[in-house]
Amino acid sequence: MLQEERALSIVIVGHVDHGKSTLIGRLLYDTDCLPPDKYTEIQKSSEGLGRIVEFAFVMDCLEEERSRGITIDTTQTFFKTPKRRYVIIDAPGHKEFLKNMITGTSQAEAALLIIDSFEGIRDQTRRHAYILGMLGLKQICVLLNKIDLIHYSKDKYLELKRETTDFLDQLDVHPTFILPISAIHGDNVAKPSEKISWFDGPTVLQALDTFEALNVEEKPLRFPIQDIYNIDEKKILVGRIEAGRIGKGKKVYLLPEKKKVEVKSIEKFLEQEVTTANYEESIGICLKGRQRVKRGQILTADLSSTISDKIQANIFWMDPEGYRAGEILRFRCVTQEVFCRIEKINKKFDPASMELTEKQASSIRNAEVADILIQLDDKVVVDPFNEIPEMGRFVLEKGGRPVAGGIIL
Amino acid sequence: MDHLTRLENKSIYIIREAYYQFKDIAMLWSVGKDSTTLLWLCRKAFFGKIPFPIIHIDTSYKFPEMYQFRDERAKEWNLNLLIGKNEEKLQEGMGPGQGSKLDCCNELKTKALQQVIKKYGLKAILLGIRRDEHGIRAKERYFSPRDSQFKWDYENQPAELWDQYQSTFEEEEHFRIHPLLHFTEFDIWNYVKREGLPIVPLYFSKNGKRFRSIGCVTCCSPMDSTAKTIDEIIEEIRISKTSERSGRAQDKENIYTMQKLRALGYM
Repeated sequence: MLQEERALSIVIVGHVDHGKSTLIGRLLYDTDCLPPDKYTEIQKSSEGLGRIVEFAFVMDCLEEERSRGITIDTTQTFFKTPKRRYVIIDAPGHKEFLKNMITGTSQAEAALLIIDSFEGIRDQTRRHAYILGMLGLKQICVLLNKIDLIHYSKDKYLELKRETTDFLDQLDVHPTFILPISAIHGDNVAKPSEKISWFDGPTVLQALDTFEALNVEEKPLRFPIQDIYNIDEKKILVGRIEAGRIGKGKKVYLLPEKKKVEVKSIEKFLEQEVTTANYEESIGICLKGRQRVKRGQILTADLSSTISDKIQANIFWMDPEGYRAGEILRFRCVTQEVFCRIEKINKKFDPASMELTEKQASSIRNAEVADILIQLDDKVVVDPFNEIPEMGRFVLEKGGRPVAGGIIL
Repeated sequence: MDHLTRLENKSIYIIREAYYQFKDIAMLWSVGKDSTTLLWLCRKAFFGKIPFPIIHIDTSYKFPEMYQFRDERAKEWNLNLLIGKNEEKLQEGMGPGQGSKLDCCNELKTKALQQVIKKYGLKAILLGIRRDEHGIRAKERYFSPRDSQFKWDYENQPAELWDQYQSTFEEEEHFRIHPLLHFTEFDIWNYVKREGLPIVPLYFSKNGKRFRSIGCVTCCSPMDSTAKTIDEIIEEIRISKTSERSGRAQDKENIYTMQKLRALGYM
């Protein structure tokens, strides 16, 4: 039996053609998690295109993906080691599919950054590494793939390892491991390889097994109101606890008004007399007395949140259509939805070419990151991303479409 | 928080979010284990009083056990059950023996669903699909926009991060909402067990065979199995090496049939 019940989600990122999808196929195959009928299907599809069996087809299921040999959209699949199950998220490496890469990465607890040993660090390596850092991923393993193409050379591996460490240091990204592998031949993925007997570090699977599911720290309550239901003459505030815990009879603040209210009861279907509810629980709450409540208000244990209609933040733009000064956007953070505009772009740059920084810009293009000041139509309640991530990250929409993600400093 | 509770709470959040964003919403219930789990989660989300209709798309070729199960639960759980059928095509004799699987699924399921969506003016439907079922489903979003032609623009899906789901779209369309995307088949059975959910008896072994996935009588084949209880099913899946939909004919006709069906609006 597995030692752990829950699955750890990992994202695989890196430049196009550096071997993400191949690695995933290899992981599934070597851990015996690729059903034989799926293998047959992949064989058939590969033959149809006149190729040898392409492991990448495990993840690239769309006809266009297989014929063009690229990943277009994020895929998730599962494999297991004796220790635990993994949800594996394959993120596309093309710049044009950056939003799909971000979608995948936002759901991960750990990341594998794959770099072609022969080609070295490329544009999407830089972009993806930057995004890992910005999204706050701490458990990162770098894989120097295609070690076969550099003849399993220890010297070349060490050289590239140094280069990678130097580059990631600038981004304040600190990988736990930097491993030499060959996904296509299976070297050092599930099993150690004799061809790199000089290497005494872990295999990919051993490295992954050292990662932990993220600990939940004790934090002050944040309960954003999602909706209000009237059921059996009760006014029930539903939502999910984004930080901390809530208890029956406890006095809490209703933000942004800073009004003190008391929790009369906690509601769950078919459960009587619920006394407390914790982080991540989707629950219902009844308040004592008649209160004016609406979606977007936040119940909190303290007054440490920022309540303001001006927000300083870092954003990454992920829509092919960029931003032009004056455009109306919608700010969404937990259940808060408020129209806004970008008052000032302090500076912006493209992570693919780290050195080019533009100050006082008036536009932001796809795949650029920017340090901005947002002016909102209404007050919102937020916390610094480093303290309460759920309350410190947001999405900007334009015409209903998500165009940027951001974190609050 | 344990694994199943985490999955459950995430699904409930998505169901409530969908209902907040779309009042003209309904849930699609195939009567299988996944959408029955989804139905149960909807009951939890709304404290037993689901405020929208539950739709069964009936090809009229389903197993008798499924009809019986459907009607019993609808009564027991006080559901607002609507039945969707492509009457015109059924009159014309459309069925699994006629033409390709792609055409049959498309007419009796997808077109029937189109008709229901139009008739009731629905803006969103909740569906119980999961990522681990099929590679194509692994690429889905929780909130997935479809245009008025029902097309799924899988090459240009909206970004989805931090539980912020796109809920407006310029063209006339509807949204598919997938609150079970993060469950696996293994999770579903463990959840069914934990919650003591009723399930169609076809899933249990009879005469050495059971169905792992159910749909129309004609296009589902049972697998060899001795699993007569949920515990035995869980154990069987744990060690199984074939994929769940290996008994489903429409997936096999051509490698990309599932992609084509989904692009056309198949569930």
